[in-house]
Amino acid sequence: MSSAARRRPYGVKGAPYAFLLPASLLFLLFFALPIGYAVYLSFRKVHVSGLGLGKNARSEVWAGLENYTDALSDSELVNGALRVLGYGCIVVPVMLGLALLFALMLDSDKVRLAPFTRLAIFLPYAIPGVVAALLWGFLYLPDVSPFYFVLDRLGLPQPDLLDGGPLYLALSNIAIWGGTGFNMIVIYTSLQAIPAEVYEAAKLDGATPLQIALRIKIPMVAPSLVLTFFFSIIATLQVFNEPTTIKPLTNSVSTTWSPLMKVYQDAFGKGDIYAAAAQAVIIALATLLLSFGFLRAANRRQKQEAAR
Amino acid sequence: MSSLALHKAEPAAGTNPGTAQGPPLRRRIALVPTLTLLLGAVYCLLPVAWVVIASTKSGKELFSTFTFLPGSGFSDNLSQLNAYRDGVYWEWMGNSALYAILGALLSTAVSAFSGYALAVYRFRGRETLFNVLLAGVLMPPVILAVPQYLLLAKADLTDSYLSVLLPQILAPYGVYLARIYAAAAVPADVVEAGRMDGASEWRIFTRIALPMMVPGLVTVFLFQFVAIWNNFLLPYIMLSDDEKFPITLGLFTLLEQGANTPALYTLVITGAFLAVLPLIALFLVIQRFWSLDLLSGAVKS
Repeated sequence: MSSAARRRPYGVKGAPYAFLLPASLLFLLFFALPIGYAVYLSFRKVHVSGLGLGKNARSEVWAGLENYTDALSDSELVNGALRVLGYGCIVVPVMLGLALLFALMLDSDKVRLAPFTRLAIFLPYAIPGVVAALLWGFLYLPDVSPFYFVLDRLGLPQPDLLDGGPLYLALSNIAIWGGTGFNMIVIYTSLQAIPAEVYEAAKLDGATPLQIALRIKIPMVAPSLVLTFFFSIIATLQVFNEPTTIKPLTNSVSTTWSPLMKVYQDAFGKGDIYAAAAQAVIIALATLLLSFGFLRAANRRQKQEAAR
Repeated sequence: MSSLALHKAEPAAGTNPGTAQGPPLRRRIALVPTLTLLLGAVYCLLPVAWVVIASTKSGKELFSTFTFLPGSGFSDNLSQLNAYRDGVYWEWMGNSALYAILGALLSTAVSAFSGYALAVYRFRGRETLFNVLLAGVLMPPVILAVPQYLLLAKADLTDSYLSVLLPQILAPYGVYLARIYAAAAVPADVVEAGRMDGASEWRIFTRIALPMMVPGLVTVFLFQFVAIWNNFLLPYIMLSDDEKFPITLGLFTLLEQGANTPALYTLVITGAFLAVLPLIALFLVIQRFWSLDLLSGAVKS
């Protein structure tokens, strides 16, 4: 390395920076700049002088923390956050629980049809969230749904899936359906990375498959479980596509059902980009706080376990 | 730790049925995973099966016949969809293909450059740069998309193909995957040998490293293809001209109009069925020579 580097110091030294130039430029333009701009806007507001008529009647001025205090005292945003937290409390554990279950089943001995079922469970990943919400939305509609058909024939009560409490389950189900497969693959991949000797020893000791799963496999894939949890929290709190798609089918999803929908509504419905920017910053901070808080807690626990 | 746990588990295992009941027990346990997975597969395939069948039903059959009974209206539905607004549906499909293919290609190229540089070179600021790029993955799309729209509006670029394409080229996860694949697939001494032979850094990358990275880059391409094809928020914010819509946004507007006119339901359903076909076909074809595991950054040597 050193001799080549000496021969052509510029070629080698500059090369990595040249290779990273496109990514860096794109990062500056489409990540750093927009975030900076959003933060800037969140501290601005429109000042209207007089009746707000005429060319110079509306001007942008500093707002201090006004947009933030407004956002935090906005009951619709707070309610949206609570709705999404409730939704997330269903989606994340159920989705990752199923993903872990399926991954363990795929990894067990003598399982049949594994390639087929693996692909089938992964399939929803390839289906856009909007289309998924649309498909399930129709399956929730009493006129079209097979579930209602069956309930009707059996003479059982038919709950309205698109209202009240069941609405949370209905929306959660769409996210769970779409996300389980990808997470299953991530967990399954790290299961396969466990060396076979580990099981051999356990089998010789007379451990049952269940014991092997609970006491060896799950602890060993804990890091990838933590990672999938981390990313699932981020994705779940950003929910937008599914409730937006379901909205035309029911009156119980408002235009501000999730915080993200509220940001969209304020920015493009009301045209108040300053309030929308402040809300976006708050949502981003809250998301990062929650996800990193989880990561820290998980790491601390893992360290404690390792120390024991 | 695990060995400790096992010793604790031993008595329990010892009280379990011995050799006599061994084989049936083992067979039963193989049955449980298989059945669980089959149940999972049914759950995941159910809506897809439904849309396949529902797309064959005429408007009347949709509301009157049993859900999983095929209808007789597929060709009618198809010609209705073709006729809808002079075939705008196929424009949406074409747009989605354009966004996803072009976007994923550009994205793969940028990821390949970055991943290669991060894996092969030792240079000042390497980890910092990697971490900064990777932090993009944590950025909620909302804090990006709204200001992206406002900034692109200043450059007079909103409601254009570029406004949907450009923000999706840099894929932090793609950079991360490309770095892992490059580190695993491109040996340092091969790069060094290339330098000894007097090849330029660019030539070493294109002629030696790139072919070695292909399996990984296919994954980056697929990942980004799916991400762009499935994206809704960005085009929803950026576009107002429905001839530039991708399929996700087009179907959404169709549903929005159809909510009050059940006659449009069959159009939405047929449209949804045709929209899921390309990606399902893509995955069925590609999984013959590509492993799903690559998606999570698994590297087999």
